[in-house]
Amino acid sequence: MALKRKDLLGIDYLERSEIEEIIATAESFKEVSTRDIKKVPALRGRTIVNLFFEPSTRTRTSFELAAKRLSADIINISSSTSSVVKGETLLDTARNIEAMNSDMIIVRHSMSGAPMILARALKSSVINAGDGSHEHPSQALLDLFTIKERLGRIEGLNIAIIGDIAHSRVARSNILCLNKMGAKVRICGPATLIPAEIEKMGVQVYFRPEDAIDGADVIMMLRIQMERQKSGLFPGIREYSRFFGLNQERVRLAKEGVIIMHPGPINRGVEISPEVADGPYSVILDQVTNGVAVRMAIIYLLTEGRGSL
Amino acid sequence: MKIKAKVMDKEGMDRALTRIAHEILERNHGTAGLALVGIRTGGVHLARRLSENISKIEGVDVPVGALDITMYRDDIASRKRKTPMGKTEINFSVAGMTIVLVDDVLFTGRTIRAAMDSLMDFGRPKSIQLAVLLDRGHKELPITADYVGKNVPTSNKEAVKVRLAEEGGKDEVLIMEKAEG
Repeated sequence: MALKRKDLLGIDYLERSEIEEIIATAESFKEVSTRDIKKVPALRGRTIVNLFFEPSTRTRTSFELAAKRLSADIINISSSTSSVVKGETLLDTARNIEAMNSDMIIVRHSMSGAPMILARALKSSVINAGDGSHEHPSQALLDLFTIKERLGRIEGLNIAIIGDIAHSRVARSNILCLNKMGAKVRICGPATLIPAEIEKMGVQVYFRPEDAIDGADVIMMLRIQMERQKSGLFPGIREYSRFFGLNQERVRLAKEGVIIMHPGPINRGVEISPEVADGPYSVILDQVTNGVAVRMAIIYLLTEGRGSL
Repeated sequence: MKIKAKVMDKEGMDRALTRIAHEILERNHGTAGLALVGIRTGGVHLARRLSENISKIEGVDVPVGALDITMYRDDIASRKRKTPMGKTEINFSVAGMTIVLVDDVLFTGRTIRAAMDSLMDFGRPKSIQLAVLLDRGHKELPITADYVGKNVPTSNKEAVKVRLAEEGGKDEVLIMEKAEG
């Protein structure tokens, strides 16, 4: 029972059975974080490197805690404090890290495909912690875990993903993951932020959030990146908030017992109103808690898989 | 693998578990500060049965926990057959308690080593005792059971199969012979 692969590069490459395996393993790992001694010795002596070329608190900390709770040694390298500022290439940086006998490299990069380049060149396992607008597999898996934990199933659920779909790796990974697990995915956002031919991914497209939310079991809000406003893709933050932001009136359109998710960091009062973000339907902090368990499962199963090769 | 011998049937298992329940009570002078922790998966069923037996004898319910030791194994990277991980559920404080670890078969002792390590991470028990349904020999660590259902010397070519009603089928313990080659 392990992943039959060296790397986790995206949901696209995973079989449904592998996704189920990760979720089941994470269910067992969740208990470890509730103990007084939040640690098991499974990966004692393994070396893991967090290699982050983009700012991140949640994902980096989550991977770091996951590795530490499995007793692995983990070090953090961020681009601003590394030789990258001296002009070293991505591959050279990674090869130098591997020369110090790392077992696994967790990489976040602004270029789509960067983790694939590393995976091909390195013996270490590579985990994609977000690459450009391509994929963010561990986020989709922790979202899946949270939905299953709260609603008991995935199959047949109506899930609305609202926001900047075009630039969102979280949306992409979630669409792929939820489709594989049999949910019905609706996407919604300003037309300028919906990629052409997205229907081919097997989603229903909505341009009014009211329509997307109507009867939804899950609402997943995406962070609107303030920088995008300069690119002219939408007129203004206030207008975006008025037309697409999630407020209490819009939540009422959803199914009874709806859960509201957000990958963070949230812009309070922009894509989500504070009453909704802090309200009874919000599972935003559960997502963060579950993130550690899911990442423990990913790290553990990838390491196990290598042991059996 | 073919069946070589049946070393325990349902009646034998019931008697062994009744005797072990009495021995646990005798050794510990009752149930004060006592808890049972079964090692997944067979040990958990046996721990529950021992708790029921103790309840019948003393009229006291002894807490039962479940331990999954996958994360504590010393052969975690080299094992070929990966068993799916189960949940560890210990809903009581182990600190200051007398914990009876329960497993179906005592073989190399490595599982028990891992279980003790895991248990210690939950707190500092007053003492840990070990109850097993079957002691088949071939210990690789200095670990001995305090309560044994049956001692069955086996060879390394043999495998011991404990079947329990909780997992479907009937209660029995079989010695299997591994196929030649």
